[in-house]
Parts: sequence; C-alpha cells; structure tokens
Amino acid sequence: MSGVLVIAEQRRGELRPVSLELIGAAQGLQGAGGSTVTVAILARSPELFFDSLKLAGVDEIVAVRVAPAEFDPDTFEAAVGALIAERKPEVVLVAHSVDSFGYAAALAAKLGLGLATDVFKAERIDGALVATRGGYGQKVNVEVDFPGRAAVLLAIRANVFNPPEQPGTPRITEFAAPATVSRSSGRDFIELSAGDDVDMTAAEFILTIGRGIGEEANVAQFKELADAVGATLGCSRPIADAGWLPKSRQVGQSGKTASACKLYIAMGVSGAIQHLAGMKHVATIVAVNSDAGASIFGVAKYGVVGDIFEIAEELRRLF
Amino acid sequence: MKILIAVKQVAALDEDFEIREDGRDVEGEFLIRDLNEWDDYSLEEAVKIKEASSEPVEVVVVSVARKEADESLRKCLAKGADRAIRIWDDGLEGSDSIAVARVLAAAARSERPDMLFAGVQSSDHTFASTGIATAAFLGWPHAAVVSSLDYAPGAKSAVFRRELEGGLLHEVEIQCPAVLTIQLGINTPRYASLRSIKQAAAKPIEVRSPADLGLSAGDAGESGSHSRVRRMYIPDKGRAQLIEGDAAAQARRLAEIIREFKGDAA
Repeated sequence: MSGVLVIAEQRRGELRPVSLELIGAAQGLQGAGGSTVTVAILARSPELFFDSLKLAGVDEIVAVRVAPAEFDPDTFEAAVGALIAERKPEVVLVAHSVDSFGYAAALAAKLGLGLATDVFKAERIDGALVATRGGYGQKVNVEVDFPGRAAVLLAIRANVFNPPEQPGTPRITEFAAPATVSRSSGRDFIELSAGDDVDMTAAEFILTIGRGIGEEANVAQFKELADAVGATLGCSRPIADAGWLPKSRQVGQSGKTASACKLYIAMGVSGAIQHLAGMKHVATIVAVNSDAGASIFGVAKYGVVGDIFEIAEELRRLF
Repeated sequence: MKILIAVKQVAALDEDFEIREDGRDVEGEFLIRDLNEWDDYSLEEAVKIKEASSEPVEVVVVSVARKEADESLRKCLAKGADRAIRIWDDGLEGSDSIAVARVLAAAARSERPDMLFAGVQSSDHTFASTGIATAAFLGWPHAAVVSSLDYAPGAKSAVFRRELEGGLLHEVEIQCPAVLTIQLGINTPRYASLRSIKQAAAKPIEVRSPADLGLSAGDAGESGSHSRVRRMYIPDKGRAQLIEGDAAAQARRLAEIIREFKGDAA
C-alpha cells in the first residue's frame, strides 16, 4: 500500500475546479520518503482533461475510459474499485461533492477502506493518517483516524486546499475499466429556471436573509432594506425551499456562488457549511445574528449579535 | 408494498458546552436532540407516495440508536409512519456511518421493503455516507441528493432529479428497489396534529438487537467501523470583530461599513 490516488471530477466536459485542489491535498500527504501522486480521470474522452491535470507533483495521469457521458454510480464504483485493487494506494482522495456522495461510501463499505468525509485537514501524526472534519454543525473539530485500515478514502472539502500552480510532466497511462451494466441511466441536465432576472454571481453587494427571519411576511422588510442600501437580496436554503424567495437568489453549494461580491451582510443566517461554500471567500462579511454561537461568525469580518429586526429597522432609518 | 426510511436523532450543541473527559465527544448533558431535518423530508416523501397509491403501502422508520431516540421515532409515527423500529445494544457504541449502514442493511433484509430512503446527511455530523453505504451492503442501486422523485410503489423503476452544485439538476432513471438519499426541499413536511401525536404516544416501538437481525458482534461498534474519533476539540473562534452597543449604535457602524464600500465601489 503506497501512494495517493486522486479521483478527478468532471461534468459536462469540464474539469471541476476541486479536482486540482485534490492534487494540492495529495501533495501535503506525501511521506518523508516521498510517494507517488496518481490522478485518475473517468470520462468518455479522458484525453480532453490531460492538459488541465499536467501539474507539478503529479507523477501519473490514468485515463479511465467509461461508457456513460456523465457520472454514474455503478460505473464509477466498478472502475475506481478495480483501479484501487490494481494500484493499491494508501490514500484515495475524492471531492466531497454530490457525485462522490453517490458512490464513495459504497466503495469504502465494499472494499473495507477507512472513510472520512468533508475533510478539511489531512496529515500524518506518528506515521498514522489523521483527517480533520467538523462536528455538531461545525462547532467542534473532529480528528478521525483509521486503525487497522490498510487504505483510506478521504472526501475532501472544496475551497480549502490550494491547487499546484506550476505545470508538470506526468506520464499518461490507460486503465481498462471493467464492463459494467449500470442499474441507473442519466438523462438530461436541467438548469434551474431563473425565477427572476437577478444574477447573484454578478452582485457586488449582497444582503442575505436566513431562517432567522421567521416567517414569510418578514421578507418584505428585508427586501425594502436591501433596496434602500443598494444591495441585492439573497437568501439561504430554507428561505428558497419554503418558496419565500426564488431559488435563483439562494447562495450556497446547491445555489449560487457570490463570485463578484465584495460586501456580504448575512442577517439571521446560521452559517451551515453548504451556505458558507457560496460566500466565505467574500472580502467583507458582516454577520447579524441573535445567536452568538452561530457558525456564520466564524467566517465574518464583523459580527453583530442582536435582534435582526431591530437592527434592520435602525439601519433603514440611516438610508 | 413497503417503504423503509432510515432516520436519526441528531444532537445540536447547547450555547455552552464541554468536551468529555476522554476528549472524544461532547458531554451528553450539553446535547439538544431532535429528528434529523433531512429525515423529515424523506419521511414526508414516503407518506406522500403512500397517500397517492391505490395499493396499500406500509411506511416503516428504522433507527440505530439508544432509547432516547424513541422521542424522534414517535415524531415519525405522528407524521405518518406506520411502524417504528429501533435497533440497539451496547455493542453498537462507537459505530461510524459504515457500521450503522451494516445494521440498517440487515434491518432492510429483514423488512424487505420495495424502496429505502435516507436523508442526504445528518445535521450534526454531516457524513453524507450512511444511506449509500447501506445500499452497498444490500447490493441495491442507489442515488444521492434526490430533490424530486416520481415513483409508484412496487414499480420496477423510478425517475428522479439529483441536485448538483450550483443549482444544476440531473434527471436519472433507476431500477428498484433502490436506496435514495433525499434532499431538503423535495416536499413540504407536514406538522403532526395533536391527535396524531396522542395516537403515536400509544404505538409500540419495535426494539431489536443486531443479533436479532443475524449480525455478529464484530459487524458493528468500533470493530465494524471504518474510522474512529481520535479527538474532538473546540476550534479557535472566528475572527469576527464584534460591533458592540445597542441596536442604533450597531446600525450606525453597519451604515459606515456600507458607505465605505460604496465609496470604494464608486
């Protein structure tokens, strides 16, 4: 058992950025004696992704040609399982992503691999692999180890590890995926209908509301406040799920990323990890929440512990 | 026809809490317990399927948990589950998501449902792995993060959409029986009526041990787990600089921050 096997992730012909972060994470895990980093890309046409994966620190790119055009759990399980059986890596890195949710745990269960998901730190302590993840709504950090496991699969959180910047010259090999009769078949992709014409990814100033607003009737107060201060109104998942604001205004992993945002005011947003994924990069985050222990304060530059309605009302008077 | 739903009683932390003496978990007295939010949606999805079906459908919830989870199982009974099963013995202590999945799979073999739902993840430890690992032990087709579902009980296949990153959906057809992990927002979970809460209080909760399900001691607990909690600790507090004062003073500072930004942006 040696080396790190990275499973790169692609969708609709594009490499997902987290794939490169996995390579960064893999480099951090190399032992003192050095070990190899192998990157596998599963696709109908793996060669499309070679150039993006030729990075410093990658020893080998393995092209795994699979029949389905997009992610399919049975195909991925069989192919990655066969690859692990042949290469016997010590560590397998996948993204903590929707695709991985669909097969990584099944693979670990079947192959007897150690498993930790949503990992944001991986290291060796006294020679043993230790992964750190969040617990109890990210309020504690949990160190996990894998006694008795010869190989470990880690699902790595996105936007944590830095991808390598320098190009490299890995060798490229092919791996024949086992023939698989898949029990599910992918059909179409559906883009969420806009709902309204707002583009959260382009907004520079966002005011977001979360579960703390309590009921639908309170949305209006914050819409009015957002307009007054010149912000685009956004929301966290529960608000969109309840239908109080269109899905197009949801910021987070399954919603939009606040890519252009410079000032982000979160009111009554607890800061679930899925929400943070869409906004924690923003330079100036202001969190307003009545719960001083809310996770959102962990990523905010400024924190206001108080009643969001009172503060909204006072703020409205000033504009 | 039967739908089995794996549920979990999750724990949230009290405002102040302490780490246990062995450093591997939080002291139990600081935990506030409730039914996992995701499970509310998977239960509702099953109850909706039952209500729409002309065939009789039994909705069964199952949890691998200590007795304290009975409260959440009764909540499920009040919201439309027909039966509730709780599996426990002290040998299950220290089980990780894969060990729990092995027990859930044994329960599914015994119950023989036509479909198994689980939440995408639990709000406390967000493993997002128990449901799919259960499918692996059963050898069933599986899919994660299902945000809409078209399934008639007993049908040979189902069509669903899985919710991908960035607001993209992917439509998929899957053979049944299958394990699906259900995403928030797939439906609007109902509230339990006072009457159904009373009725649920009188219903039995079926308690089984892993041995009842044909499992041996090494299958679950720490020895059946693929990971172990080594240490739990409170991370350094975030860097948020607190804006003090009353609401008016806090709002004035907030207004300054907004004006500074607008000055920069202009």
